[in-house]
Amino acid sequence: MNWHNTFFALLIVFYSLDSFAGQGKLLGTPGVSQVEGSAGGGLVPWAQLAGYASDEEFAVNGFCSRADVSDYSLDVCGAQVNVLDRVELSYAQQRFEVPALNTTIEQSITAAKVRLYGDIVYSSWPQLSLGAQHKSLDDGTVATLVGAQETSGTDIYLAASKLHLGALAGYNVFWNLTTRYSDANQLGLLGFGGENASKELLFEGSTAIFLSREIALGVEYRQKSNNLGLGEQNWQDIFVAWMPNKYVSITAAWLDLGSIAGAKDQTGWYLSVTGYW
Amino acid sequence: MKITVCVLFVVLLTACKSAPNTTLYQQLNGHEGIERLTDSFINQIGNDDKVLAYFRDANVAHFRNGFINHLCALTDGPCEYTGDSMVAIHTGMNITEADFNRVVDLLISAMEEQNISHTIQNKILAKMAPLRPEIIRI
Repeated sequence: MNWHNTFFALLIVFYSLDSFAGQGKLLGTPGVSQVEGSAGGGLVPWAQLAGYASDEEFAVNGFCSRADVSDYSLDVCGAQVNVLDRVELSYAQQRFEVPALNTTIEQSITAAKVRLYGDIVYSSWPQLSLGAQHKSLDDGTVATLVGAQETSGTDIYLAASKLHLGALAGYNVFWNLTTRYSDANQLGLLGFGGENASKELLFEGSTAIFLSREIALGVEYRQKSNNLGLGEQNWQDIFVAWMPNKYVSITAAWLDLGSIAGAKDQTGWYLSVTGYW
Repeated sequence: MKITVCVLFVVLLTACKSAPNTTLYQQLNGHEGIERLTDSFINQIGNDDKVLAYFRDANVAHFRNGFINHLCALTDGPCEYTGDSMVAIHTGMNITEADFNRVVDLLISAMEEQNISHTIQNKILAKMAPLRPEIIRI
């Protein structure tokens, strides 16, 4: 069974089990879906587990995102399962379009995240989670051509998140810090590693202010390694997320992804929709 | 772009509390405001079967007085909380994380109903959130 069939089968199963869906978190607190399929912002995985499940509930979410920058576009669709707000399992499929070369690079990402400690709203210390993202290119031709050593790889990350109620003149303030151990080139779309390059620790951060219960405005930063000598640069974005209820969220962002495979100043729009069951 | 991101980071991360010259109690319109909010909250609970189940053996008048008194004290009003401890009240109720948040959602709805501003709502929630360990799973 291919990915799309699996996805729609999951949707149908869980849509028919409506009472199954967890609603036990506060609005907006699970975050949205990041480009590798984990719960997070747009670029950075956060410590929260996907969906509204509390410690006695399950949740299933599906999402699709599109990033459109100067010379490329990236489409991602995926799904996450939250088990008792302890474990998050996710799967995402990325399609990276390179119009100049009339090429599409596809990558699948299977990931897991475990909540080690806390609750972003209530615990005195930040919520802490450990995650792994296993990425595999469908066709590694381009990756090998630009000098990557591998066509699949696994990132490991540790994330800390906290929401401070009323902290900024009465507005709720959120922050997340993630440290990732990775040798992925441009998320893995250009393979893993390079000549004389090994895995390294990278830092990622997000912060946001909730202008209301439904709307959060924030920024993200993601450090990148430059294994291929193609001038890979750190990523950043400014985002606005709208969470009108516990069933859907919509995120829009302005991306600055720097240089990608020699093409400089890759800026553009990002749009993402997550549905929660 | 880089500068904008940096500035936003700094502004958001140096989240400082503005020094209020009025108490939260006063911003809620004092005792009268707290009474109205409590009545809205009781009304919200009354319309929620799941949460109402926890109140099956509760005396509404007793709850109302206790909640008004507690909210007055928490918002730095001229009251001292004299009711039973949170632990004593909630022991044996086995309130789940999900139902605790369901009650928070009802309180937010009550605050909305009373046209309490978003920022004052958050300040009230910030005062109440630390009580959670004395309320759930006991």
